[in-house]
Amino acid sequence: MNHDVLVLAEAAGDSFIDPTFELLGRARDLATAWGGRVLALVLGPSPDPSMLNADVVLTVSHPKLDAYTPEAHARAAQHVVAELDPKLVLLANTTEGMDLGAALSLWCQRPLVAYAVDVRAEDDAIVATSQLFGGRLLAEVALEGDRGICAVVGGSFPPARVPTRPPVVEVVAPPVSLDGVTTVPRGMPPGEDEDIDITKAPMLVAIGRGLKSQDNVAVAQALAEALGASLSGTSQVCDLGWLPRTRHVGKSGVKVRPRAYLSFGISGAPEHLEGIRESELIIACNTDEAAPIFDAAQYGTTADAIELLRALTSRVQQR
Amino acid sequence: MDIIVALKQVPDVGAGIAINDEGTDLARDRLGFVTNPFDEWALEEALLLKDMTDGWVTVVSLDDPGIDHALYRALALGADHAVKLVGTGPAWIDSHRRAGIMASWIREQLYDLILSGVQAPDDLDGQLPALLAAGLGHPFASVVVAVEVTETGLIATQEFGGGRVGRIELALPAVLGIQGSLRDPRYVSDMRIRLASMGGGIEEVRSDGETGVPTAGSGLSVRRVFTPEASRRAVMLPASPHEAADAILGLLRERGLIA
Repeated sequence: MNHDVLVLAEAAGDSFIDPTFELLGRARDLATAWGGRVLALVLGPSPDPSMLNADVVLTVSHPKLDAYTPEAHARAAQHVVAELDPKLVLLANTTEGMDLGAALSLWCQRPLVAYAVDVRAEDDAIVATSQLFGGRLLAEVALEGDRGICAVVGGSFPPARVPTRPPVVEVVAPPVSLDGVTTVPRGMPPGEDEDIDITKAPMLVAIGRGLKSQDNVAVAQALAEALGASLSGTSQVCDLGWLPRTRHVGKSGVKVRPRAYLSFGISGAPEHLEGIRESELIIACNTDEAAPIFDAAQYGTTADAIELLRALTSRVQQR
Repeated sequence: MDIIVALKQVPDVGAGIAINDEGTDLARDRLGFVTNPFDEWALEEALLLKDMTDGWVTVVSLDDPGIDHALYRALALGADHAVKLVGTGPAWIDSHRRAGIMASWIREQLYDLILSGVQAPDDLDGQLPALLAAGLGHPFASVVVAVEVTETGLIATQEFGGGRVGRIELALPAVLGIQGSLRDPRYVSDMRIRLASMGGGIEEVRSDGETGVPTAGSGLSVRRVFTPEASRRAVMLPASPHEAADAILGLLRERGLIA
């Protein structure tokens, strides 16, 4: 029986996203335990595959895979998983992971665990621990049967070591099902790519829905300007159009490592906390004393966010 | 545009977590239920598209705790039709089974678009939108933050990590997992919800039996659920804005971040 572990590699620019390397690290442990190989699957144009610590890198090329669409990538992934029948498929719990994990589960008839923060081998069984209710509850689950798919939350495992020898690259012929794909990539929304890079900012002022109104964004902006900091926020405030998407800090946004992260009206969903954990100093303001942001922050206050922003701004300006 | 919105009720853990005696699930009988917050965004997006395209919105759900109120609320907000699929057995239904039951009803309907929240707090075995799409064989997208209507279909903006977004054009019918909408979910008064409920208006459909579509479960067995160990807690500064501001400036000065 096949004991391979297949990692769905997710390309971003000229490299892969961090979770791809993390999954490869855990895939190596699991494949060793089961006596299988580590396979990495790259759909569409691939960054340098020699970065991937896998035994075999599988690539699939087709015009329909040149830019990401859920329909084309799901069909290609299904084709490879059905052909190779690896014991376990690991993918990141990202947008792509959400798209492809569910489709693979249904089409390949394999159990799927989402939001996994741990995946381990118990003899032949696949066992995972998952985050539910925004990380407030953990569930330990066993996958029935000997095949499975786990969508893993970023940051759950240390990244794989840089490979000492390059992996074997195998080209897989694209499935004919790709010819029937109707979804068409339409590029980036206009004006989204021209903004400052908040990952470079030494200090960040961050805002969440707790600011209550778009009018209050200017109050936070005033503090950011006074401090020489950049303004950033949660996925929600970016969804609402209060800030451009380039300012979104979190798992599905950018990860930041500023010297100081000052958060206002952010409750601290796991999505957001994942993006700020490596900050040197986190100071959080939220009126709910039980908000999870206070588990990630070194210092906190339940002061009213707007009043605190104004008090800070006037003090900084008066220096 | 005819739009189906799949709604789901989820346990409300805002006041605290309660775990059942077996330690394998939440104590659902001891918790209140609320509509999945992401489904509220999906409903808002559907109502915006309805206004834009002179469309028709049907909300559909299983017989979840508190779902009648959620369906009446959707009607009060502007949905045209509400359907409750009854006869689905136990109170908690995993995403795979939920998608299977819904798909078997949806297959018999006329529609252009299916919307649902991108995720739910308890969808351990994956998210409903992509499961629905895979089962129905429709194009789909998760984590959608904007929808534009085109001549032949629609363009969805998908959000990825690292601030990346992409736009894709999908042929209809399609399924979208909604992460956010350009407008906050709209408000409706209790009075209007009561009025909607007095009009009746929820169509109950038995989901077992006649469709006969097998709805396989998730293939997961939960051994135990538990709360994570509390990590370090923040040192709390004063709650007075002025005292907190002084303390924060002190911390920034100590670290040489401000003069």
